[in-house]
Parts: sequence; C-alpha cells; structure tokens
Amino acid sequence: MNLLPSLAGMAAAVTGHLALPHIDYLSILPIMIMLGGAVAIIGWSSLLRRPLDVTWVTSLTVLTATAALTMSLFQWYSVLHSGAHTHIDGAVVMDGFSVLVSVLVTCATFVSAVVGDSWLRREDVRGPEYHVLMLVSASGAMTMGVANDLIVVFLGLEILSIALYVLAAFNPRRAESGEAALKYFVLGAFSSAVFVYGIALVYGATGTSNLPQIADFLARNVALHDGLLLAGLALLLVGFGFKIAAVPFHLWTPDVYQGSPTPVTGFMAAVAKAGGFAALLRVFVSSFHLLRADWQPPVWVLACITLVLGAVVALLQQDIKRMLAYSSINHAGFILLGLQAATARGVEASLYYLFVYSFMVIGTFGVISVVAGRGDRDHGLETYRGLASRQPWLAGALVVLLLAQAGVPFTTGFVAKLEVVTAAVHGGSTALAVVAMVTAAIAAFFYLRVGVLMYTPAQNGTGEDGDMAAALGGAAPSSDDPVLVGVGEAGSITVGALGSAPPVPAGAAFGIALCVVVTVVFGIWPQPLTAFAHHATLVLAP
Amino acid sequence: MIHLAYLLPLLPLVGGSVLAVGGRRLGEPLAGWLGTGTVLGSFVITCIEFAALLGRSGPGGRSVVQVLWSWIPVGGLQVHVTFLVDPLSMTMALFVTGISALIHLYSIGYMHGDPDFPKFFTYLNLFVASMLLLVLGGNMLITFVGWEGVGACSYWLISFWFQRDSAASAGKKAFIYNRVGDVGFLLAMFLVFEKTGSLDYRVVFAHLHAFGPASATAVCLLLFLAAAGKSAQIPLFPWLADAMEGPTPVSALIHAATMVTAGVYLMCRFNPMLALSHDAQLVVASVGAATAFVAATIGATQHDIKKVLAYSTVSQLGYMFLAVGTGAYQAAIFLMVAHAFYKGLLFLGAGSVIHAMDDEQDLLRMGNLRRYLKLTSATFAVAWLAIAGIPPLSGFWAKGDVLDNAFAFNKALWAVGLVTAALTAYYLSRLMAMAFFGDERWRQAFPTPAGVAAASAGDAGAGTGHGTPGTATHGAGHGVGHSGEPHEGPWVMGLPLVVLSVLALLGGALNLPWHPSWDPLGWLTPVFGTRLFDAHLSSSTQWVLGVVDTVMALIGLGIALPLWTRDVQRPRLEPAFLRRAWLIDTAIDTTVSRPGTLLARFAATVLDVRIIDGAVNGTARLTGMLGSGLRRAQTGFVRQYALGIVLGMVALLAYMASRVWM
Repeated sequence: MNLLPSLAGMAAAVTGHLALPHIDYLSILPIMIMLGGAVAIIGWSSLLRRPLDVTWVTSLTVLTATAALTMSLFQWYSVLHSGAHTHIDGAVVMDGFSVLVSVLVTCATFVSAVVGDSWLRREDVRGPEYHVLMLVSASGAMTMGVANDLIVVFLGLEILSIALYVLAAFNPRRAESGEAALKYFVLGAFSSAVFVYGIALVYGATGTSNLPQIADFLARNVALHDGLLLAGLALLLVGFGFKIAAVPFHLWTPDVYQGSPTPVTGFMAAVAKAGGFAALLRVFVSSFHLLRADWQPPVWVLACITLVLGAVVALLQQDIKRMLAYSSINHAGFILLGLQAATARGVEASLYYLFVYSFMVIGTFGVISVVAGRGDRDHGLETYRGLASRQPWLAGALVVLLLAQAGVPFTTGFVAKLEVVTAAVHGGSTALAVVAMVTAAIAAFFYLRVGVLMYTPAQNGTGEDGDMAAALGGAAPSSDDPVLVGVGEAGSITVGALGSAPPVPAGAAFGIALCVVVTVVFGIWPQPLTAFAHHATLVLAP
Repeated sequence: MIHLAYLLPLLPLVGGSVLAVGGRRLGEPLAGWLGTGTVLGSFVITCIEFAALLGRSGPGGRSVVQVLWSWIPVGGLQVHVTFLVDPLSMTMALFVTGISALIHLYSIGYMHGDPDFPKFFTYLNLFVASMLLLVLGGNMLITFVGWEGVGACSYWLISFWFQRDSAASAGKKAFIYNRVGDVGFLLAMFLVFEKTGSLDYRVVFAHLHAFGPASATAVCLLLFLAAAGKSAQIPLFPWLADAMEGPTPVSALIHAATMVTAGVYLMCRFNPMLALSHDAQLVVASVGAATAFVAATIGATQHDIKKVLAYSTVSQLGYMFLAVGTGAYQAAIFLMVAHAFYKGLLFLGAGSVIHAMDDEQDLLRMGNLRRYLKLTSATFAVAWLAIAGIPPLSGFWAKGDVLDNAFAFNKALWAVGLVTAALTAYYLSRLMAMAFFGDERWRQAFPTPAGVAAASAGDAGAGTGHGTPGTATHGAGHGVGHSGEPHEGPWVMGLPLVVLSVLALLGGALNLPWHPSWDPLGWLTPVFGTRLFDAHLSSSTQWVLGVVDTVMALIGLGIALPLWTRDVQRPRLEPAFLRRAWLIDTAIDTTVSRPGTLLARFAATVLDVRIIDGAVNGTARLTGMLGSGLRRAQTGFVRQYALGIVLGMVALLAYMASRVWM
C-alpha cells in the first residue's frame, strides 16, 4: 500500500518533478467558484475604461454566490449518498459540517451583496472592489470550513482576514473607517502570529499538522500533559478567540464594528465568526477531543466572561453599532457553549446558532445601514426614536430581528439559544447554561430598548428610555468613544433626518426582507434547519 | 384527498394576511369578496374532505392524522403540528366554513360604507383560520393556539367600533372572562402532559389508564372551566351579552354559530376522559341545565334585540352542555349544528332589521316590521318556530333529542330543560311580537333615549345616536331616519337569510328517529363509541315526550304572542333582577373586581414602587457600575488592546502549565 506513494516520491526526486496529489474538484468547487467570480469581476472591470456599473457587479456577485450555493448543495447530496471523505492528500475534507459552513457563507455573501449594493449607491463609491473583496473573504471562511490541516486553516484565516481589513477601510470619506481597518489589521496580524506559533508547537509535539493524524497521534500516545502540546493548544485558542471575538481577545470588536461601513460590519459579524467557529469546532472537537479535559475548563471560563461582558457592557452603549458589537460578543459566548460541551450535539447546536445568527445580524446591520443615512453616520440610539412612524416597515423588520437576537419564541433565535443551552446542560455544564440564560435576560433589555425607542413618538423627549438610562447610573453620554465622532454633528444630522423618510433602497429592502423571512419562517417551522444542522456532522465525530 | 386538510386553515390565513397588508389598497368591496372567496374555498375543500372521509370505512379508517412538521422538539415534550381529520372535526369544519362563508357574504352588504371595511374582513378571515385550527388540531396545543386565536379575533371584532367606549370595554370584558377559562385549559394541559407525557389526542386517549378518578375529574373540570369561558356558561356568561357591541355579522358568526360552540366541541373531543368521571358529567349537565334556565329568564326581559338573542344563545349552549353531561354527544352536536343554522339566521335577521332601522336595536321602538321587511320577517319566522321547538322544524328534533336523553339520565334536569323550552318559546315570541307585529312605534316621536336607557338599565346598548363610523353612510341609503320607511338590504344580505332558513327548516332531517336505517349522525359514533349514552326509550315514550315538548312550546308561544303584540309596556313582567341578569355583574364586581382593584392598587403603590422598582434600579445601578468599570478597558489604544490579548494568552498558558506541573 505504501509502496505507491513512496515510488512516486522517488520518481519525483529522480526526475525533479513534484508529485501532485489527486484533486477531487467537487470538494473545493464552491471555493473555486467564489474566487473565480472575484477574479472574473475584477478582470472584466479592469478591461473597461470606466468603472463597472454597480448593478453589474452586484448581479455577478449574486450569481457567483448562487452558483457556489448550488454546488454546496451538490456536495450535500454527495455527502449524504457516498459519505464524507478527505481530499487533496488529506488537506481538505468534505463532510456535512463543511457543506453547512459553505451554505452559510454563500447565503451570507448573497445577502450582504444586495445590502451592500444600496450602500455603495448611496455613498457613491465606484468600482467592483467591494464585492470582489467580499467574495475573496467569503472563500477564506469556506476554506476554514473544509480545512483538514492546521496549515489550511491558517491559509483560510488569512484569506478571510486580509480581505476584511481592506473592506473595513472601504469608506474613504470617514476617517473612522481607516482607523478601524488599521486597528483590525495590527491586532489581527498579532493574533495570527500567535496562531502560527501555536501550529508550530502542535507540530513539534505531534509531528503533524494534519487534523486526523493529530487525533490519531493522541489516540496512540498516552503522553499525558505534554507541555509543548498544551501550550500550542493555548495559542491556537488565542488565535481563534481573536477571530470570534471572545473576551479578553475582543477589544478590537467595538471599534472595528463601529468604524467599518455598516454592511461590512454585518458581513464581518456573520462570516468571520462563521469561519472562525468552523475551524475552532473542527480542530478542538475532533482533533483534540482526547484532550478535552485540558481545554474544556478554559473554554468554560472564556464562554462565561464572554457572555457576561458582552451583555453588561452593551447596556451602556449609546451607539447602536457599538451596542451590537457587544451583543455579538454575547452571541459568541452562546456559540462557545456548544464547543464547551464537546459533543456532537454541541457542534450541531453551535452550527445552527451560527447559521441563523448570520441572517439576523446581516439583516440588522442592513436596517442600520439604511437608517444611518448618507455618510453612514447616524448610529446614535436617538436616531431610532419614532422610527416606526417614519418608516414602519423598516422599524418592524428591526424589531423582528432584534427580538430574534434576544431569543424570543417564534423566531430562529429562540431555537438557537434553546439548542446550545440544552447541549450545555447535557454536557454537564449546567452552571454555564444558567449564566447564559441570565445574560440573555440582560441582553433582552438593550434589544427591547431599541424597540421601545422606535415606537416612542419623536416629540416625547423624556420617555421610558430616559428613566432607564437614569437607572443605569446616568451613563447616557458615551465617553468611551475613542473614535471621536462629533456628537453635535451627529445630533444635527439626526434632527435633519427627522420628518423626511427616504424610501428604503431596493437592494437593502430585498436583503432585509430575506433575513426577516428566514428568521420568522424557520422560527415557526424549525425542522428543516435543525435537521440540516443535525446531519452536518464532522467527519471525525466526537 | 384527506391530506388537503392543511389548506382549510391556510386559505383564510393567507386571505387574512393579504388583507392585513394590502386590504386598504383592495378597498371596498374587493376586500370583502377576497375574504368571502377564501372561506368559500375552505368550505369547498371541507366538502371534498368530507366525501373522502365518507369513502373510508373500518373502525380506525375514518380517523386520519396529518403530521405537518415538528414544532416543539424539547426533550420529553414533542409537539408536532398535526391535524386530526375525523367525523367530529369534519362535522365542525363543515358547518363552521359553510356558515362563515354565508356570513362573510352578508357582511359585504352590512359593512358597506364602513371606513374600516377591509380591516373587518381581515379579522373575520383570521377568525375562521383560528377556528379551523381549533377544530382540526391533532393535539391540545394546536387546539389551544386556535382557542387563543379565536379569543383574540373575538376581542378585536367586539371592539371593532372602538371609538365607542361601550364597545371598547365590552371587548376587554370578553377577553378577561375568557382568560379565566384559559387558565383552566392550560392547567388541564399540564395535568394531561404530566400523566401521559403527551398532548396528542390519540396518545392521551390511549393512555387513559394513567388517570385515576380524581385526576380524570380534575382534567374534566378544568376543561369545563375553559369551555364555560368560551361558551358562556355560569358563572362566566355575562361577557356574551356585552359582546353584542360588535357589528351584527360578528355576533352571528362568532357569538352564536361558531366560536361559542368551541367549548362544547372541546368537551366532546374529551369524551373518553369525561366517561371516566361521573362527578364531572353531573357537574357539566347541572351547570348546563342551570345556565339554560337562567339565561332564558334573562332573555325574556331584555329590550335590546341583540341581547335577547345573546341570552338565547347562552341558554341554547346550556342545552348543549346538558347533552354533553348526560353523555348524549350526538345530541349535543346535532343541537350545535341546528342552532348554528337558526341562531345564525336570527342574528342575520336582526342585523337586517337593525340595518333597515338605521342602527336601532331597541325593541320598544320597532313594531309591525313585517309589512316593510317581507323577506326578513319570513325567514325570521322560520328561525323563531325552529328555536321554539315547533315540529317539524330542526329545533324540535334537536332539542327533543337533548331532552329525551336528559329524561333518561335524570328527571330533575329534564324538568329544568322542559321549563326552559317553554321559556324559549316565550321570549322569542315576545321578540317576534315586539319587532314584527303590533304598532309601528318607530313612527312616534319617542321620548329622549335617556328614559328608555334608564328603564332597560343593563342594556347600555348601541341605540341611536352612538356615532359609529358606519352610521352616517348607512343612514344615507337605507334606514328609517328621515328618508322614509325601512326596507330590505341588498341581495348579498338576503341570500344568506334564504339559505339559512332552508337549513333551519330542514336541518332536523339530520337525525330523525323514524327509521333505524336513516342515521346520518351515526357516522359520529366511532368518535364516541361505547361512551355514548343510550337512553333506551321505548317508541311510545319518545312519542309522549315529543308531544310534551310541543305542548310546552305552544304554551310559551301562546302566552307571549298575543300579550306582547297588544302592548309592549309591561314592567311587571320584566323584574329588574332578571333584567340585570340576576345581578351577576354586580356580584362579580363586589366579590372579584373591588378586592382585585384594591390589591392592584397596593401592588402598584407599595409593592412596585418601593420593592420591585427598588430592586430593579438597584440591579441596574450595580450593572451600570460594573459596566463602567469594564468600559475603562476600552481606551481606543491599539497597544492596550494588544495587551489584553497578551494577558489572556498568559492566563491560558499559565493554566496549561498548571495542568502539566501540578
């Protein structure tokens, strides 16, 4: 059996050629379509004298995402019928888990593309780069989903991140946008270095970076408490923790979420989190499953402080994007519950959570993008006062999406929270489940506050919210705004925006409506999605 | 074909949603036709389903469960969205959709000119969807969703003209009374789940051995509490009279023909459970008989045409519960169907009168309308004779069935029922005489409404002068007003009257005792099985009882008709105690409302402000302090963020080191 590869290797050494592994293209086809689409769009537009019209770019992006989605569904069919397999010399894997991540990322790209279309038109940003970068970034997240080797994980992580750094800087008219990108880049590079160092240590300890081989090594060698391996594990956790915004690696999140163009924030919250969690779940649950006694306690602590800090600090925010940044940290804590359980059920619950959260968060930031108005500036909570009377549909959509994030029944958010908490309880972490539900109750406050504001008439200056803010220790004027947005300036725009309600642009309306429909329909009829997540098992199931 | 069942609630649901979103754009009368169309579609599908079910045979063949999807898969609680298609649910669905379609059609005429015309049909459609969900639900939770849905729609429709204070508070009253009943439903569900681990009807009824006599009685009585709320039985009946504030088609559809029968349906559905508890049966039968009698006495003293009919409905529902309690489920369903025909007809006729009289509901200001409203009075007369129990109309057979069973079950209950039968004939003949015979009192310049309102204390009804949005336009085209004499409404209002009067006339054919081979209601037998009470009455006894029923009806009719045709001012026959509904509102006010208000005031001023708010504000302040502390970490400087990452990393590494060396 081993003769053939070694012969090939010898032949390669003799002739000076590389022995290429067999490539099963179906396993990486969605990724190739995404990248191919990106290359095609940028290539075509560079041949034109004038910038490509945004309609074309959006259409092509949507087409690309749809094609990749279709191919992902083909993969699903293949996995269901011929089982999960590793491909390309064990570097990538095609299993239910990777397919679900592909489906998630392509859907998220689809929705973000149409929401971003409206943003580009309003801000009058020309050129195809926005969509191209999004496609590239998405392909990185999908690579993290299929990665079966730590090096491939890292490759995906970098493809995902570098494109996102540029996207964060995409609003040339806002200094905050550039600042956010720089912060994200510096800290991202830092954490990537830590991550690579972690890979190196794991390789040093086990002699391989291939995930199944690591698991195999751990199964064969009972070297308990190997310092090198555990240190590598810790560093990997730091790298992932940065990507998924787990406390204390989250500090970049509020600034970057606030500074980035709003549709990018939605994309970032959905796709970067999905990619990070996908690789995190696969690496920890399937490769390091035997070491779970070592990594479960720190993950327990991470989840706990992530949940609490996200919910508590979000209460004090006066900027809706910062508030949602902290809320996304809280959500990351919930998704960590599934990892902490380290069971098939936990993985299933986390995947389901990621899937439905993507739609909620992209839709939410879509609404915020529309409300912010030209210049993408109005993110103060006061902007939302009386929104329901000006733009009832938009306000209604935001209420639904925020209620879903709060985990209200008849939305997907409810099922998602229920699943992860159930997984935690079954995994024996009842205390963590209790903490999670308490933070969900705290989080409900700031979601509902936005809802109440929107349905409070604009002239009613000191309404319910004033009392609540007073109760919160007079924390009303935000002082932690490092990105010194002129409060007065924002205020004046707010006043100017009152009364006149611009129509919701078609792209954004479509994207938001899609998110709301998914959130509500699968909230009432959860079976298809829960079944999807249930069958999306890892090839190396715990 | 059976698997089309899901379309039954879906069609009106879609109709209601479309109307909710685009109703204004559709406008009048298109919104009405859309609403009618979806319900008619449901009716057609029900007919198909019915035929398909008839085509099946065998003991279990006529009970089909359609599982749509898994709704709540939480550990031991597995709830699926399922529909149970069996003879009972199909019978209900058939008359619900049929009558709803007719009343939708009628509403197109009745609600003409109302500015909220599309909204009305939105609510009506949503109501039908909820009602069908209630009837078809394959487990208690789906039924409960429908149960709450009809409650909500009923609330919206009663207070449809919410600009009137009386309508707004009537809606609230109905809602609150129903909440009391809902508590019973919820507790019953908990108990059933605790005993059997399921809410699915088939599973529950297959595990009846899990119930002891005490728990079976508890479940039945809790369900009966729910049924008493929804079907307006003692002591939860006063809301139904106030519910007459809603537009008349609503009264006809919801508060006569369909929703109020939900309680009877629920008890019939739970017949296997009821069979386990003789005590519960006796309670149901007694409360039913008492309600029938009490409501009939109240109905005999009201001046508002719709209130008479409302109390009549309460009374008839009492008969149905009497039948349920005696185990005569088929008789209960038979009466329910017949009642839906003639009571729907009575309400629609009343609506026609009100429409013609320019929103006048006071019987004292009517009289001799038979000269002007020929179609209405003819059809009304059919319903009158039917409900009075004159053979061979449907009411005679249906009520006779109930009374025969009561006779065999318990003579005292039978006697109450028989007296009530005479009262029934009396109060409807009184209504008939005051509205359609006698002097044309509406021609007289009447004293100010205040005097009449004071006289008829409880009937804070919608006499003239209450500015409903629809009134202005009504007055322009129809009505007595200043423009002439009352006349009939458009054909859309006439057609349902004719159809329903034919049904009320011939509905008795559903269950004629003459020949054993003629037994259409026998197809319900598989649902009730051996639990069905067998009266064992000989043919001659049945004849005698039939004659007695007829004599009682004729007595009531013979007294009332000449008496009330001659003169309508007979205060001695209308004691205040009866007119004010046995003072039950006052009793509830003193025993429940006032202590409740005191408690609420204490909770608001002391508990909430001092203790709860204090705790909440304290928590908020604590959280705020915690948050501001944590927020200090958020300086905006990249180097400090990096430090955060490093600290986290060091902590993790330290932990791992501790795993290795400790």
